[in-house]
Amino acid sequence: MSSSTPAARLQLSAISKRYPGCLANDRIDLSIAAGEIRALLGENGAGKSTLMKIIYGVTQPDSGELRWQGRAVTMRDPAMARGLGIGMVFQHFSLFETLTVAQNIALALGARAGSPKRLEAQIREVAQRYGMALEPGRLVHSLSIGERQRVEIVRCLMQDIRLLILDEPTSVLTPQEADELFVTLRRLAAEGCSILFISHKLGEVRALCHSATVLRGGRVSGHCLPAACSDLELARLMVGDAESLHGSYPKASGGAEFLQVDRLSWANADPFGTALRGIELSVRSGEIVGIAGVAGNGQDELLALLSGEQPLPRKEAASIRFAGRPVAHLRPDARRKLGLAFVPAERLGHGAVPDLSLSDNALLSAFGQGLVSHGLIQRGKVRAFAEEIIRRFAVKAPDAETPARSLSGGNLQKFILGREILQQPRLLVAAHPTWGVDVGAAAAIHRALIALRDAGAAILVISEDLDELLQISDRVAALCGGRLSPLVASAQTSPAAVGRWMAGQFAATPMNTPAVAAAQS
Amino acid sequence: MDLDLLSNILYAMVRTGTPLLLVALGELLCEKSGVLNLGQEGMMLFGAVIGFIVALSSGSLWLGVLLAIVAGMLLALLFAAVALGFNANQVATGLALTIFGVGLSTFVGAAWVGKPLAGFEPIAIPLLSEIPLLGRMLFAQDALVYLSFALFAGVAWLLLKSRIGLIIQAVGENPDAASAMGLPVLRVRTLAVLFGGAMAGLAGGYLSLAYTPMWAENMSAGRGWIALALVVFASWRVLRVLLGAYLFGLASILHLVAQGIGLSIPANLLAMLPYLATIVVLVLLSRDALKTRLFAPLSLGQPWQPGH
Amino acid sequence: MLLSLEPRGQQSRAMLWLSPLLAALLTLASGSLLFALLGHDPLDTLHTLLVAPLADWYGVSELLVKALPILLCALGLAVAYQARIWNIGAEGQLLLGALAGSAMALQLLDWDSRWALLWVVAAGTAAGAAWAGLSAWLRTVFNANEILTSIMLNYIALNLLLFFVHGPLKDPAGFNFPESAMFGDASRLPLLGDDGRLHAGLYLALLTLAAVWVLLHRSFLGFQIKVLGLDRRAAGFVGFREKRLVWFALLLSGALAGLAGVGEVAGPIGQLVPQVSPGYGYAAITVAFLGRLNPLGILAASLLMALLYLGGEHAQMAMNLPQAITQLFQGLMLFFLLACDVLILYRPRLQLNWGRRSALKQVVA
Repeated sequence: MSSSTPAARLQLSAISKRYPGCLANDRIDLSIAAGEIRALLGENGAGKSTLMKIIYGVTQPDSGELRWQGRAVTMRDPAMARGLGIGMVFQHFSLFETLTVAQNIALALGARAGSPKRLEAQIREVAQRYGMALEPGRLVHSLSIGERQRVEIVRCLMQDIRLLILDEPTSVLTPQEADELFVTLRRLAAEGCSILFISHKLGEVRALCHSATVLRGGRVSGHCLPAACSDLELARLMVGDAESLHGSYPKASGGAEFLQVDRLSWANADPFGTALRGIELSVRSGEIVGIAGVAGNGQDELLALLSGEQPLPRKEAASIRFAGRPVAHLRPDARRKLGLAFVPAERLGHGAVPDLSLSDNALLSAFGQGLVSHGLIQRGKVRAFAEEIIRRFAVKAPDAETPARSLSGGNLQKFILGREILQQPRLLVAAHPTWGVDVGAAAAIHRALIALRDAGAAILVISEDLDELLQISDRVAALCGGRLSPLVASAQTSPAAVGRWMAGQFAATPMNTPAVAAAQS
Repeated sequence: MDLDLLSNILYAMVRTGTPLLLVALGELLCEKSGVLNLGQEGMMLFGAVIGFIVALSSGSLWLGVLLAIVAGMLLALLFAAVALGFNANQVATGLALTIFGVGLSTFVGAAWVGKPLAGFEPIAIPLLSEIPLLGRMLFAQDALVYLSFALFAGVAWLLLKSRIGLIIQAVGENPDAASAMGLPVLRVRTLAVLFGGAMAGLAGGYLSLAYTPMWAENMSAGRGWIALALVVFASWRVLRVLLGAYLFGLASILHLVAQGIGLSIPANLLAMLPYLATIVVLVLLSRDALKTRLFAPLSLGQPWQPGH
Repeated sequence: MLLSLEPRGQQSRAMLWLSPLLAALLTLASGSLLFALLGHDPLDTLHTLLVAPLADWYGVSELLVKALPILLCALGLAVAYQARIWNIGAEGQLLLGALAGSAMALQLLDWDSRWALLWVVAAGTAAGAAWAGLSAWLRTVFNANEILTSIMLNYIALNLLLFFVHGPLKDPAGFNFPESAMFGDASRLPLLGDDGRLHAGLYLALLTLAAVWVLLHRSFLGFQIKVLGLDRRAAGFVGFREKRLVWFALLLSGALAGLAGVGEVAGPIGQLVPQVSPGYGYAAITVAFLGRLNPLGILAASLLMALLYLGGEHAQMAMNLPQAITQLFQGLMLFFLLACDVLILYRPRLQLNWGRRSALKQVVA
């Protein structure tokens, strides 16, 4: 893999890119050979996204050189990249939901590729050749996440493709779907297409990739052959300090049930959303329950029903109960009075108002804590409360008047979680608590959740990160298609078993060993 | 009601609906690309006054029409510069455009109020215009109404059949994705806004050169706003824009109908009808929040700048 | 592109307040240009427009008389706009306030008690609130866009006013002029001082100013309104009641516009006429934005707007310029403000494209 290989398909030398306030890429060297599957590993914020946007021509580097098949090029825009044979599958798909599959592909391929109608046959053929089922006439909003990813991939394959870049493609897939994707990718590579596979999951990198480049803090921290490299070595390259990585926490079994969800069904009127069917769930005081699942399987709906953003009619009030008391018809503020605290999935724009100060954002959910008297805001008390959050949860912010927008993801998440925890909830519902958060902050958040659990609160965590869930929760379940699997003690299950739940196979026994799961796939 | 009266009502309905159709077609394209321009009323008035002044001074109605279109586009360019270039709030910018357009047209037209002009005359197409009931409505109109038929067909083809339509829809649904794909989001939106301005200017020109050939301040009387409601009413679908425009046209000539059947209602109360109709239609159509959400372009009204 | 914008990362506090000043200056500059084009001496015209009207106490009192309705309407709009509820209907709400207040005053022509004024003001305020309440009802129940409903209600209100002033409320002894009888003295807002038309509405406006300031800057209700405007989902997740807040904001802004309207007929005009408002309700939109939706900023902006109205009348008399100049300046000022506001979030940077390209080439070489 040395960069002196003469006919490298893509060679980057000393690529640098600076954004206001951060050096996203610092003199990065990288080369990929024909037919090579190369992993680009790194934590969030390591500079992976910036680098691939530079390769794909979405942004231009401040300095450095990009060579394509030996020739120096300036990648002006994505159209030029596509013209050279570079395709890209984004993490957040760049598909248009109100258009059909064929229309989407026609749009991306440019005017010369022909009208959507004329492309249909070709789309079917390509999809079939690589083992992906796809119907060109369907509207994209009616497709599942996995199917949408296939549209993106087929779109790339319709051109003469030489390099395919995939940005964390498995983050939206069940483990089984991911395996199917790998089959397609291996076949592509065998035909001579180079693949740049961006990920932070060590297991799949080892399973798929020939070689790996690791980024940390905008620099290349090392190259390696994944097959010959231990998890610990890779992790150390990614985060520097591998100590904090695999904190394990003692499991607890909890006391009396606090949250009870009983045959909760909800017909979603939104055709883009998911309907919930017969959800059964309980969370005891003093335990953490984790709910796994691929995005779009009912998580948002379940969260809205639990938080009260989507109250139910009074006659269904008993389908959600706090310590036996029916609450499903109550609004969020009423549920808060009964001990609920809530951390939504989106930090900016849901959990916190970007343009308001931390002080105001503290008031946002903690107004019931004596911060308002006779309808007037007690500014002094609000600021003291915000400062306490900042101090107790080690939030890095200049002061309580800083706007929420200017905090990093991890710091804002610590602030939001701190705000909820300091209200001494009896039940905390947290969605994706460490999504997009750096390792240090994630560990701090995990410790805070465990501490709250040990103080006797019931905690429900919904996350797409299965490893995280198994690490911190005492019992787990998985959501698929609006249905919830049974709950089992997380010490007695395996990622593979929960993975099958995530794919909707609830009948499978939860205690399968990893060996059995591997044999099945 | 006899056939003659009915034929007359249909004829007047199309005539009255034409300015609404023109503005609404422009705004539809604009909204499809994700831009909400509330400045229709201002652009229309400016088009009307410029068209009138040019036609009266030059003696050429068509030169008036041309300059009315240019006038609308000039104001639209102002909107595009502030709302798209400078990323300002589209609602506020549109309001500013209306306030500015009303003031500007009144200012410019102060010396031209009440002057007479020989406007566009109906052109009856031989034979076709004699078809009973529908003949007058479709084939005995003035040139600008015929132009509006052609423009409708053009916009319908553009949005439903052409690649440009796909691009506009993509930009309006998800500008980030469109930009990542290499589509020139801001250029598409700017062109859409300019097209909207041209159509509003043309609609204004129709008012002052054909519909009532004269200039009076505020002569558009809220048609720019009604057209905005019309686009909502049409659920952003082009055929429904046509239907809606003529329906509103009908609502605004109900006083003719009332006279026809011998009712006497004070003029000021009758004048409220189109506005009342607009509210009623908005209520009927928006009641289902979900449906509105489904049809409205997803990024409608949201500022967007190319990110990094 | 020659001018490029670079995100500042956070709002510039200085630009937040400099931008309206810059906008006012740019409006003056382009106004001067326009005057020069029309063959008037720019400095002279600006003097006639902006300085001469304030030469004496009478001028100042006229300025205040014109500022009152604009201030009241804009204060209400500020509350609604903070919640991102685009009430464009202040004009209609003002007209309805004037209409209802007049109807009440004409009922009470012979009542000689001070209570008469209270009834008149209450009727006008309530009518304004009710008119805005229609928009609130249409929005909360039927999800109809308040921009469109409120503007339609403006046109309906105007026609309603015209109908009444030409019909039921016309002065029987008025030689068929479209105006009502003069109100009884007890229904009029008392004058302040012997000179000029400044009336007790001034106290009401100052009281309102203080109340709106407390609402927006100190109260939890105001906080909820702001959160609703900035971030609907955040407001929902903590259980702020969106519908109630929409009702409150619209009713309040309608009530204040109604108060402004009844203040005009019970104050300087003294009867119902077709031209109650020369577009105060629309001017208030510009004023609300120009004043940054902040009560004190709005106070300053409404004085400026009133000066434009006064100056427009002056310029028409002295130089025969169309009065539409007031509206023209309004629109220009709002435009410039929106354009200047880009500087709050972005830093302008002049950059030459070829310069950047050659720099890039140097690095590559």
